[in-house]
Amino acid sequence: MTELYDGPDAMRPGSDLVIDAQDLRVWYGSERGPVKAVDRVSFELRKGEILGLVGESGCGKSTLGRGLLGLLPEGAKMDGHLRFKGEDLLALPKKEMFAKRGTELGMIFQEPLTRLNPLMRISEHFEETLKTHERGISKAEVERRSLEVLRVMGIPPTRYRSYPHEFSGGMRQRLMIALALVLRPAFVVADEPTTALDVLVEAQIIRILHDLRREFDTSLLLITHNLGIIAEACDRVAVMYAGEIVEIGDARDVFSAPQHPYTRELLRSTISLSTTGLNFIPGAPPNLVAPPSGCHFHPRCPDAMNVCAARHPVERTHPNGTRAQCWAADLRDGMASDLTSEETASLPREEISVADEA
Amino acid sequence: MPTKHEVTAAGAGTGIVAVSDLEVHYGLRGGGLARLFGRDSGTVKAVDGVNFVLHRGEVLGLVGESGSGKTTLGRALLGLAPATQGSITYHEPGDGGSAYERVVSEMSGAELRKLRTDLQMVFQDPHAALNPSMTIETAVGHPLRIHGIAKGEELRKRVASALERVGLAPAEQFMAKYPSDLSGGQKQRAVIARAIIMDPEVLVADEPVSMLDMSVRAKILQLMLDLKNDLGLTYVYITHDLASAKFFCDRIAIMYLGRIVEIGPTEEIFADPKHPYTKALLKAIPEPDPQKMVPRDLPRGEIPDAARPPLGCSFHPRCPVAVAECGWESRDLRALLEEHWIRQEPSVYEAERELVGDLDKLDEAAKTVTVGTVANAAKLRAMLEGIRSENPTEPLWTGVDSLEETAEGLEIRFHQGFDPLLRPSGGVEVACVLYPTPVTTEPALPE
Repeated sequence: MTELYDGPDAMRPGSDLVIDAQDLRVWYGSERGPVKAVDRVSFELRKGEILGLVGESGCGKSTLGRGLLGLLPEGAKMDGHLRFKGEDLLALPKKEMFAKRGTELGMIFQEPLTRLNPLMRISEHFEETLKTHERGISKAEVERRSLEVLRVMGIPPTRYRSYPHEFSGGMRQRLMIALALVLRPAFVVADEPTTALDVLVEAQIIRILHDLRREFDTSLLLITHNLGIIAEACDRVAVMYAGEIVEIGDARDVFSAPQHPYTRELLRSTISLSTTGLNFIPGAPPNLVAPPSGCHFHPRCPDAMNVCAARHPVERTHPNGTRAQCWAADLRDGMASDLTSEETASLPREEISVADEA
Repeated sequence: MPTKHEVTAAGAGTGIVAVSDLEVHYGLRGGGLARLFGRDSGTVKAVDGVNFVLHRGEVLGLVGESGSGKTTLGRALLGLAPATQGSITYHEPGDGGSAYERVVSEMSGAELRKLRTDLQMVFQDPHAALNPSMTIETAVGHPLRIHGIAKGEELRKRVASALERVGLAPAEQFMAKYPSDLSGGQKQRAVIARAIIMDPEVLVADEPVSMLDMSVRAKILQLMLDLKNDLGLTYVYITHDLASAKFFCDRIAIMYLGRIVEIGPTEEIFADPKHPYTKALLKAIPEPDPQKMVPRDLPRGEIPDAARPPLGCSFHPRCPVAVAECGWESRDLRALLEEHWIRQEPSVYEAERELVGDLDKLDEAAKTVTVGTVANAAKLRAMLEGIRSENPTEPLWTGVDSLEETAEGLEIRFHQGFDPLLRPSGGVEVACVLYPTPVTTEPALPE
């Protein structure tokens, strides 16, 4: 890809944009046709910023995270524009992409026990990581750098030569984070890093992720289904539904004034300490082979209008700076004056039986 | 010993299940050599002395981290985990207000099977709880077939009605399907249908919503509340999620390392949490509100190994408000040293590590421990005093009685601790030395 790309900020000198994704698409082949796991997703990530990616299972958030690192399985296709510090990642030869992973692009996985080699000491894990990516590094330097990152993660130096099974679950997750960060990548994807952990340990890990930028200057894409974690750790949040980012903005703005009805309903259905009644979203997330026409959320949306079933909404920036794809939000903020009264009439709601529910 | 005897109607009013001093211990199998020499390889105290009464019609929450013993306790209620001590008594409602009392922990296999017509379980993972090669009709109707209650057309009718009751309507649409055809929420509904088809009295639900998406969780909880009202069920709700427990439960028991550390009505537990562990759990829940941040003063570390529980109160190594009587010991000193070394420059760490010598000495639980050598005892003492002065409020120091230079090195003596029992405090019961007077002393250590 040699065409000149004029996306926001990316080409401007001195830009602090680490990741610039525009119109990214990822699809898989399946028996029933292509599965559009990620469908025209655009977002930017600045230096030291934490972006939360939230959505239900099957919305494409993990696929997007892996796609950014070039870790898609065989048979998956990806297109669009993806720039890392201004460099086009999708145009990179496989070999160069391979060299970037680890040193520039890091990943923190969900299950630390399956990612650590039970026969290797922690010190050996670090040696392998550092020696693979930095040929000729001295043993003393390996130890110095490993102990330093372990210290930041709160793992005592006495444990440097222990085996993975000698650590508790939370410690193992800290080890995974340490192994990803010892190479000081500029961008890290953390896919559900606290899912298998207990509340107190989860809080410790969230704290560590939140403090990462201070120690490592890392930009982080934090993938989770837990809105509470997003609220605690992230600067900005992107809400995914059926392969699309339906709303993206400052975490505070999105949580206090969600623009998209899906965000609003997801927040309402989250059971928190302040929950006084049970709310839920009727229906189930759509099948990504043949998603609903127009806005993919319209069959479940309490605010749906006729236009929602007919035309796909355009992403617009709302007064509080949040970007969302929603006709109802556009109409409310006076950005959809071209819609006819027929189009803005509320959509007759099809009865959703429990049978079709998740 | 009779396992089934009549009790008075008044006795039935006390509750539907009574758990008394229940212990579920698992023996650890050591290696071949250890067994050859008769070395005790230890026990895991999954449930270690639990008492409670489950009242008819209530929702009791068992809340705790993984490893707290909540699932084992739930399974023990159904006789799925063997009780090694204590008893579980099930008060079976009989005709005319009378009731039968049956001791679950003494039942044989056949009696246990009969018990499960009254006590049923909903498992955490709906994907694993349904046999992938059984249709939904076969799976949901299975209990009726096993117990020989219904067959043929009658069986089909009852399966259809159970499916419709859990919202899988029209039932015909689901009966011929396999679990792989259903979504997570639908599978969990089928699992619930299978549990209620026997018309049970008590449902033990082990994390019934934790594998489901946020938007579905509320639906399943609502279904369970509706079923409870319609069928007069009593629930034991096992969860690690205090937020859903707050909404769902009438009473909550907070568990830690095989014990209940606090139990009481939900409102009181949330309005005025007493045990430091309960307080910490409440603070740690990530709320969907970006104005709030995870507090920095959370308990350190993780739930300890149940095969080697701490002396005294099991929570003391992590407790921010622990006092001298909480059961301080050698392993706590090791944790303190390691934590201290995280903050030191490598050269300082190397030197101090040298001074302390064999760290494994601190790995056996002991109230008196000698570290270092005669030659460096004074230096070691100065080092420990230094660590102490860096953070004099560290709870461990309240539990150190003396640091003494002896002929072997530096001897550290820890204060005699207590293992607190559950005692009433306000409207709840709490097991913490900070509430009423501690009564039991911790067990003496084997020589």
